[in-house]
Amino acid sequence: MTAVPAPAVSTDRRRLTVHETAIGDRIYEIVTTACALVVPALVIAIAIAIFAGAWPAFSKLGLSIVTSSDWDVRAGRFGAAPAIFGTLVSSALALIIATPLAIGVAIFLSEFSPTWLRQPIGFLVDLLAAVPSVVYGLWGIFVLVPLLREQVMPFLRDRLHLGATPFFSGPAYGPSMLAAGVILAIMALPYISAVSREVLMAVPRSQREAALALGATRWEMIRDAVIPYAKSGIIGGIMLGLGRALGETMAVTMVIGNRAEISASLFAPGYTMASLIANQFSEATSDLHQSALLAVGAILFVITLIVNAVARWLVWQVSRDRAV
Amino acid sequence: MTSVAAAQAPAPDITRQLGAIEARDFSFWYEKKQALKNISIAVPPRAVTALIGPSGCGKSTFLRSINRLNDLIPGIRHEGRMSLDGQNIFEKSMDVVALRQRVGMVFQRWNPFPKSIYENVAYGPRINGIDSQVSLDEIVERSLRRAALWEEVKDRLRTSALGLSGGQQQRVCIARALANQPEVLLLDEPASALDPSSTQKIEELVYELKQELTIIIVTHNLQQAARASDHTAFFFLGELVEFGPTDQIFTRPREERTEAYITGRFG
Repeated sequence: MTAVPAPAVSTDRRRLTVHETAIGDRIYEIVTTACALVVPALVIAIAIAIFAGAWPAFSKLGLSIVTSSDWDVRAGRFGAAPAIFGTLVSSALALIIATPLAIGVAIFLSEFSPTWLRQPIGFLVDLLAAVPSVVYGLWGIFVLVPLLREQVMPFLRDRLHLGATPFFSGPAYGPSMLAAGVILAIMALPYISAVSREVLMAVPRSQREAALALGATRWEMIRDAVIPYAKSGIIGGIMLGLGRALGETMAVTMVIGNRAEISASLFAPGYTMASLIANQFSEATSDLHQSALLAVGAILFVITLIVNAVARWLVWQVSRDRAV
Repeated sequence: MTSVAAAQAPAPDITRQLGAIEARDFSFWYEKKQALKNISIAVPPRAVTALIGPSGCGKSTFLRSINRLNDLIPGIRHEGRMSLDGQNIFEKSMDVVALRQRVGMVFQRWNPFPKSIYENVAYGPRINGIDSQVSLDEIVERSLRRAALWEEVKDRLRTSALGLSGGQQQRVCIARALANQPEVLLLDEPASALDPSSTQKIEELVYELKQELTIIIVTHNLQQAARASDHTAFFFLGELVEFGPTDQIFTRPREERTEAYITGRFG
């Protein structure tokens, strides 16, 4: 080995006094600390504003805002149960549709796809996340809803005889909980898939080889070594998708039908909290109406908070078993 | 021609196999880079063979050709013949899954699954179709005993394997490989990341196990090769420079390059 000459140290840098360097560090520290404090402060301020605004409704209406289905602005009755129900059901439906699809895409991309195909498909899937929500809404109205009404719903109800169950019965209007679920699934899919793909590709080669060297087939390797290792990350991705679905407003408002009724049938129109707020905020003239909308917002806020907490807890649960 | 005949014969009774590995004019490429050049070697069954040589000389490639673990790497190519008990490892009709059950492997960095000790050891038999609890219990105990780990872990089989020390985790990996009852065990620098006492345990284990199976061990530690192996093969730049009984290689090497390497003049 020949000796490598020591890299020349900039003389300017050397001449800086300790004092000057310390001031630079200090400024840097103050600026970044300020950035770090602004964000939580903003979250807390928003939360306070929402709950303060919602307080009159909560104190006047009590629990009925969550339990009642009667939303009558003129009579001053604000029961948001159908909207809460609609938010939860449409999001759950979205996850049921999107999760297997997204994980399938992620597994294909990380395990089976030839290298040249990986980039383009991954890019196209990621692109789903870049489409504006209102564009999904338009597509929903002009393409998805007619397709559901004329093809999918009759097929499910009559051909597959699922009409006998309450979930697929009733007339096929088109705008429906099913349409909202499908739209949300498409919107949540890129999030779940992108996160899952990253965590699957991050599974160490040693884990894959451990399974293969024991005589596992490719599929057994994926099932037993890759997916368990990536489980916590995949759950995180699903929760991210759920968060997206819960709060999505525009596209859902355009296809769900906006009827404040609780129905078991996915063919029936429904309502979500987000679309309720979006539809009514401009007409909310009375104080109580305004406050009731803010209360719905507060409930949505709490639900998303719970989802995030559950997600953290699940990820923690799963990764705890793996901690070395 | 014998290889074709062997392939068409019904699957032989594995328990009677010797675990003889033989390479003839075996060459191997990653893309354009040739990693192995015309390797011819008959690895003696039921003995320990050490593969030594500087980094990047093809030892691991050779090892990973025996259980075809390089198959997943794109752009690989090979020529020549590699056989296990007379059957060509690379022929089309070779069942790679069965091959890997017959040829176990332990890696440099221990890699237990994030599961319990029991589930780690039972994994091979499970995917092999053994699901009776009694047989699995039996296999797990026997394999852990063979890996000299049973006494240390018998009271906590259901706890995570990742809670064990490095040396214990490596022995879980050995037990996991043994649970498939392989004829050949490939060890890729199994002790290079372990402390001296764990290393000694692994070496003692290797000595015990060679009564029952063929062991090929890649090592950078020449003392380890000298202590633990019966035969030593010296690889250099993709070539097999010299192969012979370990004491001969270390005391009277025939090739100058071998001597230069074992006396520490390069590598």
